[in-house]
Amino acid sequence: MTEPTTDRGPVAADVKADSSKEAGQRVESMQKMKVDVGGGGERRNPGDETKALFEVEDLSCYYGDFRAVRDVSMTVPMNRITAFIGPSGCGKSTLLRWFNRMNDLVPSAHITGSIKYHGVDLNDDRVDAVEVRRRIGMVFQKPNPFPKSIRENITFGARIAGYKGNMDELVEKSLRRAAIWDEVKDKLNQPGTALSGGQQQRLCIARAIAVEPDVILMDEPCSALDPVATLKIEELMFELRDEYTILIVTHNMQQAARASDETVFMTMGEDRAGYLVEKGPTTEIFTNPKHQLTEDYVSGRFG
Amino acid sequence: MSGSLGTLGGQDVVQEQVRRALEGRAVDWRSRVFEGFLVFSLLVSFFFLLWLLVSQIVASMPVWQERGLIDFITSPTNSNPDKAGVGQGIFGSIVLMFIVSLLALPIGVAAAIYLEEYAPDNLVSRTLNTVIRNLAGVPAVVYGILGLSFFVLAAEPITGGRTIISGGLTLAVLVLPIAIIVTAEALRSVPASIREAGFGVGATRWEVIRSHVLPYAAPGILTGVILTMARAFGETAPLLLVGAVAGSFSLPSSATVVDRLSGPYTSLPTIIFNWSVLPQQGFRALTAAAIVVLLVIILLINAVAIYLRNRYARKW
Repeated sequence: MTEPTTDRGPVAADVKADSSKEAGQRVESMQKMKVDVGGGGERRNPGDETKALFEVEDLSCYYGDFRAVRDVSMTVPMNRITAFIGPSGCGKSTLLRWFNRMNDLVPSAHITGSIKYHGVDLNDDRVDAVEVRRRIGMVFQKPNPFPKSIRENITFGARIAGYKGNMDELVEKSLRRAAIWDEVKDKLNQPGTALSGGQQQRLCIARAIAVEPDVILMDEPCSALDPVATLKIEELMFELRDEYTILIVTHNMQQAARASDETVFMTMGEDRAGYLVEKGPTTEIFTNPKHQLTEDYVSGRFG
Repeated sequence: MSGSLGTLGGQDVVQEQVRRALEGRAVDWRSRVFEGFLVFSLLVSFFFLLWLLVSQIVASMPVWQERGLIDFITSPTNSNPDKAGVGQGIFGSIVLMFIVSLLALPIGVAAAIYLEEYAPDNLVSRTLNTVIRNLAGVPAVVYGILGLSFFVLAAEPITGGRTIISGGLTLAVLVLPIAIIVTAEALRSVPASIREAGFGVGATRWEVIRSHVLPYAAPGILTGVILTMARAFGETAPLLLVGAVAGSFSLPSSATVVDRLSGPYTSLPTIIFNWSVLPQQGFRALTAAAIVVLLVIILLINAVAIYLRNRYARKW
């Protein structure tokens, strides 16, 4: 790990420090093993040397009077990939966007209940949404690079965060970690929008990790990509897991099965509000679900 | 289907049926008629523009032949048609444009940024949006009355009364709603996903606007504002009310910039209006010549706007 871009206080620094050494070894071993995408990669057990990063308590999300998500209570483990699956309209994306206050931009959106991050209520009035988003980055459904050069796509976040280090190093490091460096190293001054869809999405991931967040939220990051590009992003997620906590919303059940440690299954009730049916280790959700609705969904009988 | 595939003859029958179905509408008359109507509509609008241009150019030929372009566009107004030119009008119009761009541009852009990027979506902001759209449709002469009562009379100590400054201020107020609308539209054309991307890496609202929304909307804003200027360039009615001289006047050749800004002034469209009602035969050709000059200038302004739009157009 190099220097953090901003002073994040002791919490984030501690978190990174205690797992970094081990993380390095794991990356090596994982690269040797080569991620077995068919069988679900190198999955990690829940509760194993990690603690809850987010605690969601009785969370209901509203748009105006409409309740989109009701009564979600769960924890999200640190340094794990947590996948959110469920039928369209069950509120997965809505829920995800509350983890970094992205819904602040939607005037009618509000919640009851709380999401705690390191024990701090993210929606407390005293919490600065801009600071939240600096620590909890996001990759969106449709690749949305800035219509500027590849370099500027990476440096923007660091620049506004007051990064004082070497920008060229930051650009290279971020692009390398997003597994796109080799493809773009000779055209850093070309617009990011000129890349292919899969490359654009990896550029967006590089942009997100350039500000050294703790968490990356991914809202269906592969829905606009072809299978090869999707595979690259999934491999990338496994590598990023050592340093980041990843929350991913996906429509693609195979993706959740391949590329996550924990799976959250949500569905829609008769009041059209989404709710959490079951959450557990991905292998369990897909092979031995406790709930009939989960079994129907993962076996393709519903949704 | 599956039964007819059994024999070769069956296949021929199917092939013939498919051919008839596919080739049934080789000539689609209804869409031809519709297309023809669309072309006709286009030609109607184009015809009048062309007719205006050609007729004015023909009518103005004596001016170009006897006086020449340079003499015509530099001479001052004069009651003698053989000596009259549009020099003062071009000068006045340029100064007016300068005042308008100095005021309407920054204020209009700032107001649009507030409305689009900051204002909450509530009854007040929706009402404001509607009011601005209506203001853009208010006849120019009404703005002339406003300019007369406010800039000429109420603010005389500052504007000096019936000066070109009052004229510029009046035109600025006139085009302000249009400047706000074109800017707001340019801002709206920047996709929400770009703003989300900015917020997603921890940018504040201002950082997102300054580094992304404004630069990406700039070509659209620029184009819109230039077209707005062209609109102001052609306005006549409000200027007549706030003191543009609709006759001939002369300033001593020793007149300073201050004299020119505080003294009598006129604009190109004002001159056209004035000459068009004069009885002398000689002014017919002069009017046509002034119209040609005005049209050429407006076409040039529009050409610049189109060039800039194509040069900086962005694909998302």
